[in-house]
Amino acid sequence: MAETTLKAQPIIEVENLTKRYRGAKDSAVNAISFSVRAGEFFTLLGPNGAGKTTTISILTTTLNPTAGAVRIAGYDIRRAASAVRQNIGIIFQQPSLDFNLTAEENVRFHAVLYGLYPFRPTFSTMPRAYKQQVSELAALLGLEHEMSKTVKKFSGGMRRKLEIIRSLLHKPSVLFLDEPTAGLDPVSRRTLWEYLRQVRREQGTTIFLTTHYLDEAEEADQTCIINHGRIVASGSPEQVKSQLTETYLLIDAENRSQLREELRRLKIEFTETTSFKIKLRGGEVQRIIKAIETPLSLVKTHDPSLEDAYLEIIKEP
Amino acid sequence: MREIYAVLTLAYRDLLKLLRDPTRLISELMFPLLFIVVLGGSLQSTFGTGSSFDYITYVFTGVFAQTLFQSASMGVVSLIDDRENDFSQEVFVSPISRYTIILGKILGETLVAMTQALGILVFGFLAGVRFSFGQLIGLGWSGIVICLFGAAFGVIILSNLNNRRTADQVFPYIMLPQFFLAGVFNPIRSLPWYLDFLSRISPMRYAVDLTRDIFYLGRTDYVNAVLQGPVYNLTLMTVAFLVFLFIGTFLFVRKEQNR
Repeated sequence: MAETTLKAQPIIEVENLTKRYRGAKDSAVNAISFSVRAGEFFTLLGPNGAGKTTTISILTTTLNPTAGAVRIAGYDIRRAASAVRQNIGIIFQQPSLDFNLTAEENVRFHAVLYGLYPFRPTFSTMPRAYKQQVSELAALLGLEHEMSKTVKKFSGGMRRKLEIIRSLLHKPSVLFLDEPTAGLDPVSRRTLWEYLRQVRREQGTTIFLTTHYLDEAEEADQTCIINHGRIVASGSPEQVKSQLTETYLLIDAENRSQLREELRRLKIEFTETTSFKIKLRGGEVQRIIKAIETPLSLVKTHDPSLEDAYLEIIKEP
Repeated sequence: MREIYAVLTLAYRDLLKLLRDPTRLISELMFPLLFIVVLGGSLQSTFGTGSSFDYITYVFTGVFAQTLFQSASMGVVSLIDDRENDFSQEVFVSPISRYTIILGKILGETLVAMTQALGILVFGFLAGVRFSFGQLIGLGWSGIVICLFGAAFGVIILSNLNNRRTADQVFPYIMLPQFFLAGVFNPIRSLPWYLDFLSRISPMRYAVDLTRDIFYLGRTDYVNAVLQGPVYNLTLMTVAFLVFLFIGTFLFVRKEQNR
């Protein structure tokens, strides 16, 4: 956290972004605003059809907004699309690899399109700097013996790794990932996250992630929850949780009437159901428990997860 | 320089994808094989024997031009759903100009179609067509011209389509009538005025006729097979190429930005 506050200037600025598709009655994205600081890990959460993919498509310059302004690394996405593209890396939801080509060819073509190296038809004729960069990245991900194999032979996890290697080749300041772990087994998912953490640590890359796995958003610096094209909650996962759900204490006693009397006397607000529910603001659990003298048969605190908060928000009224 | 490297990369990728996919290579050569060997062979044995008209050569030259024209234009039209497919997704978000994408695609599909041309030469030879070295060179350069022309035709089609479904529905109706109006298999020297009009607005007609200009040069049956001279065909194709390319690219790039 200390590091992100040092580099405080926003690398992504979104102001009143609106997208209405041609012929559509409602806007897919409706006047949303947020900003992401350099080096931050940002997640955009939301159910299907909430506007996540529309937002990420606009931010990555493949879709034009109807209204609003977006700047990435200081460049306007409309007026300087090419500069924006040079500064971002993207991991698409659908695999973006040519399966009949080798892993190295997939990487090489990317490198040339981003202007890093001249075009050469074979690996051996590429400049030495390229060969070194590729073998270093491949070694880092344990793919050093696989680079000359066709991607067809790769597992889902290996393909994702390869896409990440490729997207980092041009050292983007922001890496966009659109549900990157969908369809991966738990082991591949974990390895991928470890690698992304390492990338953030070593290169300070800003990460912009859309996901429906809430545990992936729990470790974000900032989370935005989007629903029906609007942002319904934003902040750190802790803030989102406290904005949207309540932490409470459940207590009960053999002698319920004595406990009820005592809580009233102590002026502690409660609701009585199958037990006594007391809303908590900050760390007051100890103070409350200490004050109660009636012998208690149940003491339980309820601390909601981000998932609880998320389900709370997206549930239909 | 960077945009030139990008054009080369895109073109090379298209060629490599074809060469690494034997199933696709074989399936793309299936129709030329059927047309030349089966259709050409049967026309020859039915109508050709005893007459002075050489159907095998006529169908071979027609199919040569038709395959290259169609392959190049279909290849370019595939840009329509490329943003949702494989490595092409990367191409659309990379910092290269949209004009570079079009140029790379045109060059790439030309290479792909010229690879098919080699197969067609083999089929022609197997069916009994004989060619001199000069004729081979002629087929080579006219083939490249036809590919570029077909690709530009693809660009103008592409710029007027919105999705893959429309493309799949519309494309056969744009291509198939041209097979007959361009005289790929059937002589079209004398047509009723309305068919003649339709024939003259079919771009494929000029591609087919250019191939026959080259191939029949100096032969006694030149007058039976050829409609107009090479200068006429080349001029028309050049003008149409430029019009298709500039209007098509302009519309495509504009649509790209207004999605």
